Amino acid sequence: MGLFKLTPPFLSGTNRVTDHMVQLSLALFPAIIALVYYFGPGVLINIILATGVALASEALMLNLRQRPIKPYLSDGSALVTALLIAVSLPPLSPWWLTTVGTLFAIIFAKHLYGGLGYNPFNPAMVAYVLLLISFPVEMTSWLPITSLAESQVTFSSALQIIFTEQLPQQLSYDAISAATPLDMMKTQIGLLQTPSEIMENPVFSRFSGEGWQWVNFWFAIGGIFLIYRKIISWHIPVAVIVSLATIAFITWLISPETTASPLFHLFSGATMIGAFFIATDPVSGATTIKGRLIFGAGIGLLTYVIRVWGGYPDGIAFAVILMNMLVPLIDYYTQPRVYGANK
Amino acid sequence: MTPLYKSIIRDGLWKNNPALVQLLGLCPLLAVSNTVINGLGLGLATILTLVASNGIISLCRHHIPDEARLPVFVLIIASIVTAIELSMSAWFHELYLILGIFIPLIVTNCAITGRAEAFAARNPVGPAIVDGFMMGIGFTAVLVLLGAMREILGQGTLFSEAHLMFGEIARHFTIIVIDDYRGFLIALLPPGAFIGLGLIVALKNVLDARQVTHNVSATTTLAEKHSPQVPN
Repeated sequence: MGLFKLTPPFLSGTNRVTDHMVQLSLALFPAIIALVYYFGPGVLINIILATGVALASEALMLNLRQRPIKPYLSDGSALVTALLIAVSLPPLSPWWLTTVGTLFAIIFAKHLYGGLGYNPFNPAMVAYVLLLISFPVEMTSWLPITSLAESQVTFSSALQIIFTEQLPQQLSYDAISAATPLDMMKTQIGLLQTPSEIMENPVFSRFSGEGWQWVNFWFAIGGIFLIYRKIISWHIPVAVIVSLATIAFITWLISPETTASPLFHLFSGATMIGAFFIATDPVSGATTIKGRLIFGAGIGLLTYVIRVWGGYPDGIAFAVILMNMLVPLIDYYTQPRVYGANK
Repeated sequence: MTPLYKSIIRDGLWKNNPALVQLLGLCPLLAVSNTVINGLGLGLATILTLVASNGIISLCRHHIPDEARLPVFVLIIASIVTAIELSMSAWFHELYLILGIFIPLIVTNCAITGRAEAFAARNPVGPAIVDGFMMGIGFTAVLVLLGAMREILGQGTLFSEAHLMFGEIARHFTIIVIDDYRGFLIALLPPGAFIGLGLIVALKNVLDARQVTHNVSATTTLAEKHSPQVPN
């Protein structure tokens, strides 16, 4: 019998995890540039700080857990977590905020659950929720976009604000904090303004917040690049977007005086980064095809519910974590039938 | 001290600690451990309950029918807790208000029923009382440790509001551990309790594991030392 003798490993090429993570970081790039353009250089400092802390704590935990450091550290997963945390935090967050969040993400949300591949919750979102609950003031003071700010935040003044929490002389507090469009929409609707009146404020643009809509747009472009490169599948992002748009559309049809348009919801806050980069985390998200659709739809729905009827301006982080909890259940009930097996 | 009492003490404080090993009574443990004083207050009430319930149940152990033992235990424990609750309301009223529902809920603390069932119902009064006391101390130690961790991390102080327990003189007992601290709310919220307890349990497991490897290596080195002298 002339059988081929095949020996593993059958996979060839580069490390898949590293490849995955590198492409993810690349896809975040356009949105990071947009963030810097609209909100100043603070984002870059956040990224450097978060990356440093993430790599250091990853190395520490690998060392404590007696795992090989170099292969795990170079797989880029800590880098992606750090990037996601850094872009979700306000651009001029004090250094300890970024540090605490990143440490918690890597040490508690990732390694205490068993490291890469075992974490039931998305580490970046766990960090975000931890910070939002513990430090609501720091977490909700966003910058006004640069074209509307009274004075510009330079790199050195950003450094000064982040590391000393002292305002440079030429900057007033108003120059570095403003309500985000989502925040303003929520409070003004609470004051019985209609969304179309609220949208006349210069903070808003055609679809949603000035600046914010472009940041969201570039996150979406990055996400489409990832789908094109087959790093993520289309199911989760499409399900998130469709379910968020559907419920926003329905409530908007019923009561246009009290709810913002579906486009506003799609291009505000963390919708696009959530749909394409956070909900698609292969570890903490659902894995079956049907499950992914349910998982994504749940995130879209919960995001809308938290945004409109909840206590926080944005709901992506809570929605993702709540749906992460349901993943084992979703995957259990959506397992495809093996071909030929009985129903 | 007899070996029996030694093992009771070791069980209560470490080996079979109700909070760290049996993981009993977690509900009050997690809910009331946000400051040292709250933890200490609940801990002392639990010690009193455990000592009294173990003693009384051990005394009546020959008269309690086996089929009805759990209702009888609960009745005895509930009477004791009611007495303690009324006393706390009389003498530590403010602390009583803070601990609130968790004082009457001591009745449902599984650690107490557990000790009644597992120890007091099968042993004479002396060991039963010591067991209740030691289990209570073990529980209180964890409560106070967790309370201290959460209080320092959450609000940067230690022994805040000590006057609730020790009277007006204790107002200045409060130690400000971290000056000008902004507070880390999560430590005071329920997740902080779960994370903190998890860390303490992990620490205990690490210490135990280290002890085991230490003993093993000690015995092996001992064996190596003695092996040449073994006659062929």
